[in-house]
Formats: sequence, structure tokens, C-alpha cells
Amino acid sequence: MSHPELVGAIDIVAFVCFILALKGLSSPPLARRGNLVGAAGMLLAVAFALAFTPLHHLLLLVVALVLGVAVGVPAARLVKMTAMPQMVAAFNGVGGGAAALVALATFAQRGGLTSDGERVAILVDVVIGSISLTGSAIAFAKLQELMTGRPIVYPAQQRVNGAIAIVIVAFAVALLAGVGGLALVLVLVSSLALGVAFVLPIGGADAPVVISLLNAFTGLSVAASGFVLNDTVLIVGGTLVGASGALLTRMMSQAMGRSLTNILFGAFGAVVTATGTAGDGSDRSVRSSTPEDVGTMLAYADRVMVVPGYGLAVAQAQHTLRELVSLLEARGVTVTYAIHPVAGRMPGHMNVLLAEADVPYEQLEEMDVANGELARTDVALVVGANDVVNPAARDSPGSPIYGMPIIEVDQAKSVVFLKRSMRPGFAGIDNELLFDPKTVLLFGDAKDSLAKLVAVVKAV
Amino acid sequence: MSGLALASIFILAVFVGFEVISKVPSILHTPLMSGSNAIHGVILVGAIAVLSTSHGPLQDALGFLAVFLATINVVGGFVVTDRMLEMFKGRGTSSRPGGRPPSRPSAGRPR
Repeated sequence: MSHPELVGAIDIVAFVCFILALKGLSSPPLARRGNLVGAAGMLLAVAFALAFTPLHHLLLLVVALVLGVAVGVPAARLVKMTAMPQMVAAFNGVGGGAAALVALATFAQRGGLTSDGERVAILVDVVIGSISLTGSAIAFAKLQELMTGRPIVYPAQQRVNGAIAIVIVAFAVALLAGVGGLALVLVLVSSLALGVAFVLPIGGADAPVVISLLNAFTGLSVAASGFVLNDTVLIVGGTLVGASGALLTRMMSQAMGRSLTNILFGAFGAVVTATGTAGDGSDRSVRSSTPEDVGTMLAYADRVMVVPGYGLAVAQAQHTLRELVSLLEARGVTVTYAIHPVAGRMPGHMNVLLAEADVPYEQLEEMDVANGELARTDVALVVGANDVVNPAARDSPGSPIYGMPIIEVDQAKSVVFLKRSMRPGFAGIDNELLFDPKTVLLFGDAKDSLAKLVAVVKAV
Repeated sequence: MSGLALASIFILAVFVGFEVISKVPSILHTPLMSGSNAIHGVILVGAIAVLSTSHGPLQDALGFLAVFLATINVVGGFVVTDRMLEMFKGRGTSSRPGGRPPSRPSAGRPR
């Protein structure tokens, strides 16, 4: 087989691996194997790319690869489960950055002497890759709480974003008309700015959907790199991610009961109402309780439903929760876990967390099933969740989360919130349910509170 | 390869990308996002190609940075996805759309 034919054959094997990987990742029993198949295809593609690299840059190449592995592997291995979404954002951002750099480097190498088709591909690559890079960086900062998770809005924001987009188009046209390198640098700078401006108004709670969208963007910029470099494996790999990522983004926003447009642009209109409802809650009283009271209440209940949220993940309290539930079950209490599809900060977050604590799969109930059982539930124990049980999503059309399906814990006979403070949830919206007469609150870190409850239930 | 041939591959890949992930249970949304995130790390192949043909400090720097970032994307992406999926092992074999499974899923071993 000649050299180009061999490369072509390897590319085909790599595509097939990528397609099988995506297929596997969408089905629970095959997901892990799917990921490994994708990694194998990638290894093959990269190994053959290396095999045909001229020796004069080998040292530089090896250093870059080793450094990349030295950063990527520990980051991926050591990140806490709670910080998973922002880790994905970070990996996605660097991928977008790499795609933009490939286009810039190619333009530099060809001295700007590229065909119109190549220039269009380079532009698409630089614009989308840069938006993905800075957009992911902002999503990362929001999730990592390096900046506020609330939507950041300012007057005429949409016009500013529109203006940046027009500037990008203008420089792009200049580049196509033959202005050269400077125009491309200006396209780069304004695209980086647009990535920041685009994600700023999106609330931290919606960040996973945005990361998914930016993931699809990076896929498209990688595909554009494939057009620039005339490389089919980049086109196929990038396009698969772009297309499946777009579809996945839609599925994720549907799981939150909202349209993508509402998530991306909803903050512009909703902010006024959000602060409006948040304002009147501060001076009302809530019923704060003690571990003794709550523990006794749980021990003498017939049916308890646990609604876990991000607070459980932050406190790493899943094992303590499991211990409490086991004690209650030993007393004859029927306990189930109600899993909201977007509880935590990524879909599936709670399943992963509870699986780690060996909670049997059969005890986890999806939202619809749980809602059917809440009316005959004695105690709904909300552990570090807020927005996913907020009745405002069902009752107040002005609320930014209106329309999101919730776990209707207000249907239960009584509700216990384990909360760190009266701080509103991640979406920044007050929860009326906290002031409901049948609600009691147990303040403190979820792990501490659960450990106290364990002690109380043991003693009962 | 001609521009038209590349464009055909692109169009076909769009359709494959849409078709291949129909009906994903919500617990797999994040791992799927993370896994596809690793797949677009294939830009590493492009970054290697660019670095191997670069001349001069500017081009070398651009290529070096591209390889470095792309490597983080690929390696980190696959490792982090594997860690997420490790949590599902031995359980959760059914997606249970809209209800409880009739019986315990058989693929898992009890832990």
C-alpha cells in the first residue's frame, strides 16, 4: 500500500471508531466501552500523524505532547466529581483554542497566499474556535465560582454583542478582499471578545447547556481546520461532534424544560422580575429546627423521599446520607431518592454521586415517578437542592425558571431542607417553599447535619 | 482531495452525527458531552501537521501551543469521561424512560 493510501485507510478506521464511540456513549451499558473505542481511534490517528512528521521539529513536538499529557492527565484524574462540568469546559476551551491556532499557523505558513475557499475555512475556524475558547473560560469561571454565577447584564447588551458580530464580519470581508494578516488578527481579537460577551449574561445554572453548545462549536471549528489542511479525519471527527453536540444541546435544554433561545438570551428580559421576587423574602421568618426534631420526625415516618442536590455533592455527604437511609430502612421506613434530571450542576450528577456511595439503583426514582408518590410521602428530605424543588417554576410565570419541571416536594406532608444558609439557589431565585408552614430548615453543612441525624436516629 | 469531495464528506458526517445519538437518557448527557469533547481533540492531528511544516519562531510558537492545547483536550477529555463512566459500572443498565424497570437489571453485579 502506498503512503497516501495507508493514511486514508487509517483515517477510515479512526472515523469508524469515533462513530462507534458516540453510539456507545449514548447507551448506558456500552458507554464506557464506547469511550475506550474513541480513545483507541484517536491513538491510531495521532500515532500515524506522528509517524509522518519530519524530524526537524521532533523535539518541539515531543515537548509539547509531554507537557500536554503532564497537564491533562493529572487535571482529569484529580478533579473532584463536583468540579466535573467546569473541567469539561476547560478541555473544550483549549480544544477550541488549538483549532484557532491551527488556522492562524496555516495562514502564517502560507504567507496569506491562500485561495478564497481556504480563507473562508480559516475565518470560520478562527471565529468559532476563539468564541469557544473564551466562552468556555467564562463558563469555567462561573462554575468554579471565580466570578458570580448570576447572569451579568448591562444596558444595550444585545446591541453590543450584535456590534461585535458586525465588526467580525467587517474584518472578515476585509480579509477576503486581500487586506492580509492584520485583518485576521482583528477577527481573532473581536471573536475572543464575542465569546466573553456571549456567555456573561448566561446564569451559572445554565452553564452545562452552554458548555455543550460550545462543545459543538469547537467541533465545527475542528471541521473547518480539516478544510484548511485538506484532512478528512479532522472534517469527520469535528463534524460528528458539531452535529451530535448540537442535538445534545437541544436534548439538555429540553430536560430543563426550556428552549435553547430562552437559556441563551432569556436573562436579558428576566432579570427585573427575578430581583423583584427576591426582594420581598428577606424579612419573613422561616422555621429552623434541630437535628433531634428532624431525626425523630424521620425515624417515625412511613415514607421518606430524599431529594439530593448540589449541596450534597459539595459536602461530599453521599456516604453519610446512605448511612442515614440504611438506618431508617432498618427501622422499617420506606426510603427512595428522587432524582431531578438537572439536579447538581450537570445532568446525571446525582446518579454518579449516589452510585459512588453504593446506593442501590432501584432506590433512585426519576422525577415523574417521584412526583406521583409525593402526595403519600411523609417527609421530603431536601439535601442541598433548591431550584429543582422551587414551586416558582410551576406557579409564577414571571420567574426565570418558570416552566422548568420540578420535584413537587410541596405535595409531601412535610418538607425538611438541609441548607447551608438562606442564600438562594444557583439560579439566584428565592424559594417560597422555605417559608411554607410545613417546611422546616436544618442549617449547616450537609455532611455535618446528616451525621447529626445519623446519631439521633441511632439513639431513637 | 477536491473541495467538493471534502464537502460531501462534511455533509454525510453531519447526518451521521445527528443519527448516531438519538434518544440519550439524561444520566448520559454529561458523559456524552465529555466524550464528544475528547473526540474533537482530533485537532491534535492537525496541530502536529502544522508544527511539522512550520518555519520561524512565530510559526513554531503557534504550532507548539496548538499541539500542547490539543493534547490536553484529547488526553484530559478521554480520562475525565472514563472517570465519570467508572461510576456507572455494574449498575444502571436501563435508562428507565418514564417508569421503574420490571425487575432488577441483570447486567450488574451486586456490590
